[in-house]
Amino acid sequence: MRKVAIYGKGGIGKSTTTQNLVAGLVELNRKIMVVGCDPKADSTRLLLGGLAQKSVLDTLREEGEDVELNDIRKKGYGGTWCVESGGPEPGVGCAGRGIITSINMLESLGAYEESEGLDYAFYDVLGDVVCGGFAMPIRDGKAEEIYIVVSGEMMAMYAANNISKGICKFAQTGTVRLGGLICNSRAVDNEQEMIEEFAKLLGTKMIYFVPRENDVQRAEINRKTVIEWNPEVPQADVYRNLAKAIDGNKDFVIPTPMDIEELEKLLMQYGLMEAA
Amino acid sequence: MLLRHTPKEITERSGLTINPAKTCQPIGAMYAALGIHGCLPHSHGSQGCCAYHRSTLTRHYKEPISAATSSFTEGSSVFGGQANMMQAINNIFTVYDPEIIAAHTTCLSETIGDDLKQIKIKAEMEGKIPPGKEFISASTPSYAGSHVTGFSSMVRAMAEMAVPTGKKNGKVNIIPGWVEPADMEEIKRLANLIGIKHILFPDTSGVLNGPLSGEYKMFPDGGTTIAELKSTGDSIGTLALGEWCSADAARYLDTQHKVPCSILDMPFGLMATDRFIDALRTVAGKTVPDEISVERGQLVDMISDMHQYLYHKKVALVGDPDQLIAMTEFLVSIDMQPIHIVTGTPGKKFEKRIREITKDMDCEVKVKAKGDMFLLHQWIKNEPVDLIIGNTYCKYIARDEDLPFVRWGFPILDRQGHQYFPTVGYKGGLRLLEKILGVLMDRKDRDDPEEKFELVL
Repeated sequence: MRKVAIYGKGGIGKSTTTQNLVAGLVELNRKIMVVGCDPKADSTRLLLGGLAQKSVLDTLREEGEDVELNDIRKKGYGGTWCVESGGPEPGVGCAGRGIITSINMLESLGAYEESEGLDYAFYDVLGDVVCGGFAMPIRDGKAEEIYIVVSGEMMAMYAANNISKGICKFAQTGTVRLGGLICNSRAVDNEQEMIEEFAKLLGTKMIYFVPRENDVQRAEINRKTVIEWNPEVPQADVYRNLAKAIDGNKDFVIPTPMDIEELEKLLMQYGLMEAA
Repeated sequence: MLLRHTPKEITERSGLTINPAKTCQPIGAMYAALGIHGCLPHSHGSQGCCAYHRSTLTRHYKEPISAATSSFTEGSSVFGGQANMMQAINNIFTVYDPEIIAAHTTCLSETIGDDLKQIKIKAEMEGKIPPGKEFISASTPSYAGSHVTGFSSMVRAMAEMAVPTGKKNGKVNIIPGWVEPADMEEIKRLANLIGIKHILFPDTSGVLNGPLSGEYKMFPDGGTTIAELKSTGDSIGTLALGEWCSADAARYLDTQHKVPCSILDMPFGLMATDRFIDALRTVAGKTVPDEISVERGQLVDMISDMHQYLYHKKVALVGDPDQLIAMTEFLVSIDMQPIHIVTGTPGKKFEKRIREITKDMDCEVKVKAKGDMFLLHQWIKNEPVDLIIGNTYCKYIARDEDLPFVRWGFPILDRQGHQYFPTVGYKGGLRLLEKILGVLMDRKDRDDPEEKFELVL
């Protein structure tokens, strides 16, 4: 089983990209579990056709500690297992701890056992690696490959660089590696070239360039992945190709995060090129 | 009437525990760690946790308990405790030179997500752990489980030290669970009498019941050695005593290193000891030596001699799941009636098991896992008992309700003897009976009217 975590700046499209990618992998006959690690519990909305999942932490709170696997996972598009770790309402408690608790619980309930026959486990993780809890999916023995969703916007690249620092820390003592950057285009100037260069500087590669396309939005309104909503549109092929790229990826590295000056320089170089 | 505010009427409670029947996970982890020879337990958290855990163990075992702490400050809580832990490892091996550090987490370090396994690898890579020395760790957040969970997790960390050589060592692993040092000694004595080569882990005998010799040893002579722990993967089998305390470690050795395990109840009382002796006999392929048969006969003799005083006496029990399961079975087997049974440790299996054991009793049995002493007290008010068995905290209930009380379990803070006299095995069964009969007969002598006051009982 490949254990994959998707990180990236808040609002960059991690959950959308993950679920569309998963739909692509489903077409390749892969058996997948998606674990949403976001207190908003919206990481599996497109696969389940709505916010239909009771989160692990809600279940834990209501049912006590005697929870069964099928209480916390639900079958979504193409037989994909969907889990939402959930967490506190905004402004209270500790969301990071929620993620630690959920992943431990999934492990102890045997969600990752060989008998489950999974090809992939995906962790869709909120925002940055802001504290120990958000690093849970990249601790030793959990997710082993990380993809960072990024765009050509400066803050997204800052976040990606920061996440690389987190990966670095755990990669030195464990098995976690960076698998690549997924560029979720914001139609920024020279975006593809810049992210390719950025990836190179981080010691990895841009695994796929997802162009900006309104069909994604249309599918979201219908609470579906693009492939399920309309398998014929060109964007469906984009996600199919992304799925193929990740399915065939064999390059896993310990990233080399940059210092801020270097990053600024890169931005200037590609941004100014257009202005000039 | 210190508990005079406890009402008889029981109302539904969901978010409140009153007078808990459990304590913090790290206390269990610390006690287990002390059963490794030359071990310094380490508490990864703030100083207060460590101080509380040490003092509770000291109050029970009446021995000094050494343990180190990561001494978290505001800064460590924000930036993570890795730097403190690295410094601690360095200091501990430089200053105190133990064979092994057994670290456990606390609520704070768990919540901020410190990962001791990752810190260990980093310490190894930076050469902070001297050659031949060991570092193990257990995750012990107190907001889950209980002290029993913490104990079990540290015992599992010990099992994870196993390094199989591929050649069997001809020994049997015995995991005794959270019992007194004297009980561990007794378990070893029984195994030796049957002629079984064994590795007992953890083993606090000789650590927490040592003599006063005038010479202070920071690391006493007792405890399971590192060599023994590494060799547990080569053993021919594992006998784990207690599902809650010991099964996790035993199953780990079974799945990871193919050391077959059997999970038994803790050998308290006649039948559980019978099963334990039978397991030892089967593993050794020998007959039970006469010495043990005689001890069994003595226990049966006292049970039958004193049956009239035990028959249908109602008992309230509080303690930890493994102990209570065996104790309930013992009481039922001698025709006593354990009718109120509470543990603070979660686990629905507990209630199910107690129900099975008490199913043939002709009276109602109340049992609760994740319960508290307040509930036990309310039950007693509604359905009085003749005896209460539990840890020292029961003395408040015993005093208010004027009940005979046998101290048994953890912690015992106000009586002596538990460190030195076992309650496991047949001999231990005799001691339990002695204590139970003692308080029942004292009560009879106190309460009997003059015309019924007897010289001979």
